Amino acid sequence: MNVQTPPEKLTAKDYASDQEVRWCPGCGDYAIVRAMQKTLAELQSPPEKTVFVSGIGCAARFPYYMATYGFHTIHGRAASLATGVKLANPDLDVWVISGDGDSLSIGGNHLMHVLRRNVNLQYILFNNEIYGLTKGQYSPTSRLGTRSPSTPLGSVDAPVNPASFALGCGAKFVARSIDSSQKHLPEVFTRAHTHQGASFVEVFQNCIVYNDGVYSSFTEKGVAEDNQLIVEHGKPLVFGKERDKGIRLKPGAMELEVVTIGKNGVTVGDVLVHDETNKLAATLLVEMERPAFPVAIGVLYCNPSETYDGAVRNQVELAQSKGGKPDLNALMRSGPTWTVD
Amino acid sequence: MVGTAAVAMEEPLREEVEDVVIRFAGDSGDGIQITGGQFTQTTALAGNDLATFPDFPAEIRAPAGTTFGVSAFQIHFGSRDIKTAGDAPDVLVALNPAALKVNLGDLRDGGLIVADTGAFTDRNLKKAGFDQNPLDNDSLANYRVVAIDVSKNTLEAVKDEGLSQKEALRCKNMWTLGLVYWLYDRDRKPTFDWLTGKFKSRPEIANANIAAVNAGHAFGETMEVSDGGVAYTVSAAEIDPGLYRTVTGIEALSWGLIAGSQSTQLDLFFAGYPITPASSVLHTLSRLKEFGVITFQAEDEIAAVCSAIGASYAGNLGVTASSGPGIALKTEAIGLAISVELPLVVINVQRAGPSTGMPTKTEQSDLHQAVYGRNADSPLAVIAAKSPADCFEVAIEAARIATKYMTPVMLLADGYLANASEPWRIPDATAIESNPVSFHTDPDEFHPFLRDETTLSRAWAVPGTPGLEHRIGGIEKSYSTGNISYEPENHQKMTDTRRAKIDGIAKDIPDQTVELGSQGGKMALVGWGSTFGPINRAVQILRADGHDVSHIHIRHIWPLPANLESLLGGYEQILVPEMNTGQLLTVLRSEYLLPAEGLNKVSGQPFKVAEIVDAVRSRLEK
Ligand SMILES: Cc1ncc(C[n+]2csc(CCOP(=O)(O)OP(=O)(O)O)c2C)c(N)n1
Ligand code: SF4
Ligand SMILES: [Mg+2]
Repeated sequence: MNVQTPPEKLTAKDYASDQEVRWCPGCGDYAIVRAMQKTLAELQSPPEKTVFVSGIGCAARFPYYMATYGFHTIHGRAASLATGVKLANPDLDVWVISGDGDSLSIGGNHLMHVLRRNVNLQYILFNNEIYGLTKGQYSPTSRLGTRSPSTPLGSVDAPVNPASFALGCGAKFVARSIDSSQKHLPEVFTRAHTHQGASFVEVFQNCIVYNDGVYSSFTEKGVAEDNQLIVEHGKPLVFGKERDKGIRLKPGAMELEVVTIGKNGVTVGDVLVHDETNKLAATLLVEMERPAFPVAIGVLYCNPSETYDGAVRNQVELAQSKGGKPDLNALMRSGPTWTVD
Repeated sequence: MVGTAAVAMEEPLREEVEDVVIRFAGDSGDGIQITGGQFTQTTALAGNDLATFPDFPAEIRAPAGTTFGVSAFQIHFGSRDIKTAGDAPDVLVALNPAALKVNLGDLRDGGLIVADTGAFTDRNLKKAGFDQNPLDNDSLANYRVVAIDVSKNTLEAVKDEGLSQKEALRCKNMWTLGLVYWLYDRDRKPTFDWLTGKFKSRPEIANANIAAVNAGHAFGETMEVSDGGVAYTVSAAEIDPGLYRTVTGIEALSWGLIAGSQSTQLDLFFAGYPITPASSVLHTLSRLKEFGVITFQAEDEIAAVCSAIGASYAGNLGVTASSGPGIALKTEAIGLAISVELPLVVINVQRAGPSTGMPTKTEQSDLHQAVYGRNADSPLAVIAAKSPADCFEVAIEAARIATKYMTPVMLLADGYLANASEPWRIPDATAIESNPVSFHTDPDEFHPFLRDETTLSRAWAVPGTPGLEHRIGGIEKSYSTGNISYEPENHQKMTDTRRAKIDGIAKDIPDQTVELGSQGGKMALVGWGSTFGPINRAVQILRADGHDVSHIHIRHIWPLPANLESLLGGYEQILVPEMNTGQLLTVLRSEYLLPAEGLNKVSGQPFKVAEIVDAVRSRLEK
């Protein structure tokens, strides 16, 4: 427990708890916790007002390693717990930490509703496309054909795309980043934090033990630049080692295509400019799949609207300002009464 | 009707009776619940004690005239204390053949049937499954029948008000109410006042309804002459002085939660997912936002209980309500609240049957689920309400225990209690015992599982408190640091501590008393929950007959009161009437190794007094 008064300016270290970290050596979760500590230090988030709520899984161990308030709850239900926390005390800064199984199998329903309600919190989904904690079964994000203890011949059910799911649920903020991107990840966390409403961030996380390298085709040095599209609001959708590849709407179709700038008369002007408030564009970007397309990273969609907790509070405050001081005695005496003497 | 003394009044001659049971029944669209509500109000104002029970059809909009579309409202009132809605109606008002079909079996022999012949058409008779019109043959010979074309009489009575035929026929229920008012000598004015207020913007409707009441009443006066009908009077009961209202279990429960949050000085957070018969708590509290109540209609019961736990974690009084199937879904999360030791009130408005069962029917078959129904050793406190008004006290007590002991409390009510109403001497909210919660704020030597030496309750440090940042979760934690621990001895100690904490609540609840009768004796009837009324009345009757029988009613189901074992040891026989197959019974037997016996009923209907009286007689007189 941190009992001393916090120093003037908090550093990333001040957000790390004294608990021994129990993830496997080399697990991508280490990098995410580091990025989070860095983010909170940049934001100078007051530790006493910061709450991490998690479900169950390797990812969900996260709150133990943060020197803030933390609640490690039950499998799949972190979003619901967090909704209660936020409704009870809107001044708290609430982060939900959850794995792909936690978020999209057992907790898929709650994820849908926390997003559509637009509860003002940050939801960080650690996607390793596997059930880590239970020793490597395939998950709802595992690709077709994934071999695991429960699918020795390969999985036969189609995976869900988390960012696409989030958009479908009506999320007003959808972003992606990568565990190892120590510059990009804190930037995305900061954007998620700034956004008022439910901010959904999918982090591609490597499980070194049960699913090592699932993302290496677009995260490894050497291939990353040609296989990642890092989107930025107002900037053209350009990528590649030579910055010569772009994304544009295929003429005469409702789909995207990759073009090479400088070839066949294509110029930068033909490439789409990222507009993070455009939901249709976001829907197309999150669906881009390798190898035909690069994987879109960054803030894909951000279009704030009224938060649920804000609206709920408003109704309460309105009722209170109208009704004067609430009086239980008056309430119980409303309607027909009679006196016995 | 029990009394016999004929008293001479001016006109007509009225027979004085001690208590009466009337059941109004008709189609869902006939305004039965409103009729019953009006009769209740008027009867309360007349100074009678009373109890009511509405019986709604399970279907939302059942086809008109069908047996499954019948809605009923029963009231039992009298000049003595009234504990139940009554075993068998003395009067059955049947506004259509289906209502007669469904309810006739309950009517006592010689009872009075008021039937609307206007609704006994061939079509309606067929829909209700009658081959012949029962009003035309001798199938009702055991009863007294007033068969009258209520529809026609109503249309006639309201014809000057210029209503459409459909609107005019809607006044039928008021016509019958007028007739029943005459039969039992009730004052019409409260209903007139209510009608005038309700239809302020449409005075013609108010006037038509008033005309219908008057016409029904006038019909009674003439009926007395022509049909030799009898009119009755029921004197006021002896009731403690004070200000009264009628209250349903749902209202008392909702207001009790507000009182509980005020007495603990916490904001109330209520989350639920719609389920019959618990939804009404959500509806009631959602209209009380001025009290600062946050209500949350979650996506399912799991989300509801989890959000309530989250709210408690953040420093509110987290409450959730459901019925059996929903409570089953909440189970894992309740285990979390037990493990992290956060206050939580879980209300179970019990209903009948496993799975969907019979949602609109009552039962008390979730006692085992409440006491034992979780994985691992996971004790919590369980308390049960005995009557609609008692829900108020029990809700306050649940809030007290939950916050003082940092534990989930399961509050058991049932479908009968929820919808039934009774007169209630309105308590003074300012006089409710205050049990303010104080959050932990001292960082010195703090960890989240620091315990109070007497209650064993852990420190409640809420997010937002500087210097107390900590992590909690469902993984076992060290007794001495609160950090994750898999130490064997530590788990033993934490399990023992969680148990001792709940067991210790027994020292903080009232000793078990004898509700009626003596400490020790031949037989004790031991009950809990809504069987209070019928058991109590049965024991009254049995004692008046000279039987050595006592009534013990248990409010605190877990932990049980500390003196209960020795108290029960003083009786030769113990009989436990329950609307289940013997759940309190097995708890008592396993806790105390008592040779108790069960009296069980699971028909979806409350116990009749006579059933209990007969069961006791057959045991004592054999
Ligand atoms: C009710 C319940 N069912 C099953 C489990 C077992 N369980 C724990 S974590 C987990 C899956 C975790 O996968 P994911 O959410 O992807 O997290 P990861 O471990 O990969 O970070 C499962 C099935 C549980 N704890 N609770
Ligand atoms: S199993 Fe995978 S996800 Fe879990 S800690 Fe180990 S490497 Fe990380
Ligand atoms: Mg996973």
